This record gives sequence, structure tokens and C-alpha cells, in this order.
Amino acid sequence: MTPTVVLPVIIGGLYAAGVYLLLDRSLTRVLLGFLLLGNATNLLLLSAGGPSGLAPILGYAEPGEMSDPLPQALILTAIVITFGIASFLLALIYRSWRLVRQEVVGVDEEDRRVARRSSTDADEIDPDDLAPEDRPAMHADSMPAEDVERVLARDYAGIPSDDVDLPPTRGEQR
Amino acid sequence: MISVLTPLPVLLPLLGAAVALLVGGRHPMTQRVLSILVLSAVLVVSVALLVLADADGAAAVSVGGWPVPLGIVLVVDRLSALMLVVAATVALGVLIFAVGQGAADGDEETPISIFHPTFLVLIAGVANAFLAGDLFNLYVGFEILLTASYVLLTLGGSAPRIRAGITYIVVSLLSSILFLAAIALVYAATGTVNMAQLAVRLQELPDGTQLLLQAMLLIAFCIKAAVFPLSAWLPDSYPTAPAPVTAVFAGLLTKVGVYAVIRTQTLLFPGDAFDDVLMWAALATMVIGILGAVAQTDIRRILSFTLVSHIGYMIFGISLASQAGLAGAIFYVVHHIAIQTTLFLVAGLVERQGGSTSVDRLGGLAVGSPLLAILYFVPAMNLAGIPPFSGFIGKLGLLEAGIADGGWLPVVLVGGGAVTSLLTLLAMSRVWNRAFWRPPTQAPEDDTDDAAAADAGPEIVPAAVAADAPGAAGTDADGGETDGSADAGPGPGGSSASSARGGRQAARQAAWKRHTAVATASTPATDGLGDEPEGGRERPLQPLPRVMVGATAAMVVVTVGLTAVAGPLYAVADRAAGDLLDRTPYMSAVFGEEDVE
Repeated sequence: MTPTVVLPVIIGGLYAAGVYLLLDRSLTRVLLGFLLLGNATNLLLLSAGGPSGLAPILGYAEPGEMSDPLPQALILTAIVITFGIASFLLALIYRSWRLVRQEVVGVDEEDRRVARRSSTDADEIDPDDLAPEDRPAMHADSMPAEDVERVLARDYAGIPSDDVDLPPTRGEQR
Repeated sequence: MISVLTPLPVLLPLLGAAVALLVGGRHPMTQRVLSILVLSAVLVVSVALLVLADADGAAAVSVGGWPVPLGIVLVVDRLSALMLVVAATVALGVLIFAVGQGAADGDEETPISIFHPTFLVLIAGVANAFLAGDLFNLYVGFEILLTASYVLLTLGGSAPRIRAGITYIVVSLLSSILFLAAIALVYAATGTVNMAQLAVRLQELPDGTQLLLQAMLLIAFCIKAAVFPLSAWLPDSYPTAPAPVTAVFAGLLTKVGVYAVIRTQTLLFPGDAFDDVLMWAALATMVIGILGAVAQTDIRRILSFTLVSHIGYMIFGISLASQAGLAGAIFYVVHHIAIQTTLFLVAGLVERQGGSTSVDRLGGLAVGSPLLAILYFVPAMNLAGIPPFSGFIGKLGLLEAGIADGGWLPVVLVGGGAVTSLLTLLAMSRVWNRAFWRPPTQAPEDDTDDAAAADAGPEIVPAAVAADAPGAAGTDADGGETDGSADAGPGPGGSSASSARGGRQAARQAAWKRHTAVATASTPATDGLGDEPEGGRERPLQPLPRVMVGATAAMVVVTVGLTAVAGPLYAVADRAAGDLLDRTPYMSAVFGEEDVE
């Protein structure tokens, strides 16, 4: 049995096409790429079993002429795993389509948020460096909150506050 | 004895999963009790295995009684038994936490009829990977745990989880395919997938072939372990999952990859071909990972980046290829599994308590919930490596091993490790300062324009209008901020006005509803005169479910307890490292004494 060039060529072609599809943003193509890669790997396993021979069944062939059964068993396991995961991926793609009407890999919002974040956070600023009117309301140097509280409590004793801000309406521009 | 016990950590969870699936949604209580019982049994079996393996050395079991190179072999040595014990402990803690969360939430967050069987299957996969005596069984173990993890990560099927799940699944699939291709090539080169046989046969291969096979296996395992150039998937996918799921992923899944790297580097390829590469990778993992953690504002993301970063310590210990280095790495794996799981559980509690995991939106938790503060503080300091805790012991062991090695590269890594430890402390204390220590009334700042528009829109616009109409401002309900916020209003309000006007309108309507709800509430406490400056926005602290707090507290006790048992534990890790470098215990366990030359 001479070694064949067909298997390596097919394996290489499947790997190339699979990697190309896997790099796409569209999830359907990612799934197709994964299936191609899985098949390429199965073929690689098959070719790892050496030259082909007769079916490995006792009584049907002599042990010397049999092909190696172990890679075939491994391939069967791998096929089952690939099948299960491919169906899960399909369900996921369908769910993604149902949710956001697209089946492409989305942008990570949190990454963008972190990238846009300003370098200084508000609570890292020393309030004493700010102008008095920019200081937080409860800071010691701004308006004394307990005074306000006392004044309000004196003027409106016993009256629970029911005053709410009206939302600005659109027609009322000043 | 050991031949009866060895398959149990795989079999029990699988059978438990089947029964849990059968009782399903009908008897949730039975299901919870069942899975807790199963995992407790796994824990007991694992402890027994560790005691036996530590006393008698490694042992192997041929499943189904097939002769050794033909059948599937499960091997227990000190390393795998130790990993099993830690994995079972952590899994049990997380499961109890999840039961508490499910009971508290009415099962929306974690649909319990799916969660429990899948969780048990995950543990079966992890146990199978630790016990596997041949490469293909290791692959199957990986696939079992990965498939279960796909389901767990996308539980509930919300849009962010689907998005995160897709990243995770595609990357995991790629690493699995690489691993399978490596197995095919290993089989083509040697004619076996039994690891003990491979340990002999791989040495007889030409150098170039060995290098290729080792590189393929290492790449596949390093993707799973999240070593630096291959780690970008982890912080993207972990934070969106439910808290118990993230916790068990962070604790266990990457460590299975680290375990596989340990086996590759010691049993299969004992040469030092890739040690320098691994050292550089370890340095990059530590430093770049922790820089990522410092930049983040979300607690779960910070923890995910520290997870990546601290994988670097383990890879460092492995790449030293000395007994001290390996012992340090094994001890660090044990410490890190426990500590990372605990911290993610605490993050879940913080989310419940404060309503967010973003440190910019949290505040005052130390006052509001002192117990939670303690539960965060102790493991955080442990992770950063503050002396009495096990993190310090593990880091010290690794750094000593690095100095003892003597080369310049290990010394550089020792420096990198120290810097990483300091930066971990920085990241952890930033969370502490923001979420726990600062007063709850301090306003969250506008960290992006979108967040500012969503957050500031409803609050600021009425205040600005009120400032324009002084008559209306006199009896402002929010008395405390009449002056300050009205003046500060136009600043952020003006910047956010240019973006997202439609979103503002919706937010304004929501704010109006909230305002009226506050004003018409029957309890007068919510609209008291100015005693709550941010009263409308402040979310009242909810009581935490006892079971969740109990499970987290138990995990914190376990992490602290690691310090107490550090002496014996480090001794076991040291003996395990000796076995790994010796290689004969593993091989003689599989083949029997006489066949190993």
C-alpha cells in the first residue's frame, strides 16, 4: 500500500478553509468553520492510523492485514462530541438572532466603557483644591447641611414634604 | 480499596446528574439534597484517595479490566488526589451558595432543574480530567467539563450571556481541536495515547518531532489555562455569568488547564525545551494581567484579570522545573482555586447587596453590611499575599524557588512576581476603598458619556430648572443639595445633552415616576427633609440570604484554614512534586513494578 497524497491535501485544505471561516464575525460562518476544522482533525486522526487495511474483525481478516481500529474509535467519539457542540452552537445562534436580530459577534461594551473612562475619578480629587461652589454638597466646607435641616424643620414643622420637581415639558423653552 | 474508590469521583456526579435530571422540576428540594449529598460523597472519596495516595504512592485502575495499554486507565497520584480534594471542596461550597441563591430568587437567576445536573456533569468532567491516564481520556474529560460549562455560562440565555458565551465557546472549541490534532499526531508518532507509555516512547522520537508535539499540547492547554497571549477570552466571558457559575469556573476550569500543563511538562516532556518560553509567558501573564485588573472598575472584571494574572505564578513554578518550583506551583494552585472561588462568591453577595458590581456605583458597604466587608477583606488580603495568609506562603515558596534557581531570568520573574503582588494589593484596596469604605452618600461619578447621560439626565435637569425658577426651589425636597448640585448641574448636563436625547427622555419619564413614587410613599422616612441627600437614588440594603452568606463564610474559613494546614499541605505538595520529577511512581503504577527500567 503506497501512501496517498490525497489525505494530506484534503486535510490541509479543510484546515485552511476552516480557519478562514472561523475568523469571520458572522456566527453561521464560525459554525461552518468549526465543522470543517472538526472534519479535518478527524481525517488527521484517520491518517494517523497508518495505511488502510481490511476491517478489523477477527475471522474476517488476519491481524497483519487489519487497519488500526483505535483511531476509528477515537474518531467516532470526536464525531459525537462535535455533533453535540455544533447543535448547541446552532441553538445559541438562533437565540442570538431572536434576541438582537443579528448573528454576528458583538462588541464588548464594557471594554469600550473602560477605554473611554477619564483618568481621574471624582473621588480621587481633593475637595480642598476645588472652588467652593464645585465642592460636593456634603463636604465640610460647603453649605452646612445641618443648618438647612434645622431651618427647614423649624419652618415646616410637622409637614411632610410633598413637593416634587415637575418634569420639564418640551414646549416650554426659556 | 483504591481500585473501588478511584472511579467514584467521575461516576457519582454522572449518576447524580442523571437522577437530578429525572426528578427535575417536580421535586426541586429532592434535587438540591441529592446534589449536595453527591458532592459530599465525592469530597469524602477524594479525601480518602488523598490519604491512600499519600501513604501508598500512586495507583492505577484499568477500567473494565482490560489489560493496560489497551483499556482506559485512571491514575491516582498525590497531585491528582490533591486536586480532587480541592475541586470537591470548592464545588460543594459553590453548590450550597447556588442553592441559597436559588431559594432566595425563586429560581429565575439559576433555573435549578438545569443547573444542578449540569453542575454535577461539570464536576464529573473535572474529576475525569484529573484522573485520566491517557491523553484521549483527558480530552474527553475536557469536553465533558467544557460542554457543561457552555450550558452554565449561557444559563437564562440573556443577550449579554449569549454574547459572552459565544466568545468562550469558540475559543474553547479552537483549543479542543488543537488538542485533538495533537493527539492524532502523538498517536501517529508513537502508536499509543497511554500517558505512561508515552512517557517512554516520546523520548525516543527525534528532537524536532518532540518539539512540535510539545508545542501543540502546550498551546492547547495554555488556552484553557489562560496564559497571557492566549488569555483574552477569559475576562470577556466570565463576568456575565451568574455568581456561582463564575465562581466555580474561575476556581476550577483554568486550573484543569494548569494541571494538564504540569503533566505535559513533567511526565510527557521532562526536557527543558520550552522552559524559557514558559517563563516569559509567565512574566507577561502576571504583569499584563494585573495591569488589566488595575484599569477595570467592575469587581468581577477586576477579579477575572487577577485570575489571569495569578495563573502566571503557577506557570512560573512549572517552568522552573525544580522540585521547589513545582511544589510552590502545586500549593499555589490549591490556594488559588479556593481563594478565587471565594472572591467571586463575595462579588455575588456584593451585587445582591449593593445592586451593582461596578465600584463606581457602590459605596458604604462597610457600614451597611460589616459582615460582607469582612468576607471581602480577608480573602482580598489573602489574594494580595499579606503575611499570615496562604497567598503569602505560596508566593514566598515560588519566589524562593526562583532565587534558588540562580539564573537571571528567574530573578527577573521574582521581581515581576513581587510587583504583581503589590499591584494586586492596589487593585483589591481600590475595590475596598470605593465599594466598602467611602460614605454611601458620595455620588457616583460619570465615568463615561453614556453612563452620564443615563444617570445624570433625570437627576440634573429638574435641578437646573429648579435653579432657574427660584420660587419653586424654596421647598425642594432634596434640601441638602439645593446649592451645590444646581451650580454643578450645567457641567455634566451640558456634555451629556449632545448624546442620546431619546434615551434622556425615557430616563426623564422614569425619573418622574420615581419622584412621584417617593413623594406619595406612605412611609415618611423616604422623603425626610434633607437627611438623605441622594435619597431618591439610594437603594435600600437588602438582607442577604443566610445560606449564601453561610456558604461564603465557610469558603472564607477554608481559605484562612489553608494557613493553618499549610505545613502538612506544603509537605504533600513537595512530595507530589518529587513524584512528578521522578516519573517512575506514575509509570510503575500503570505498568506494575517490573516493567519499568
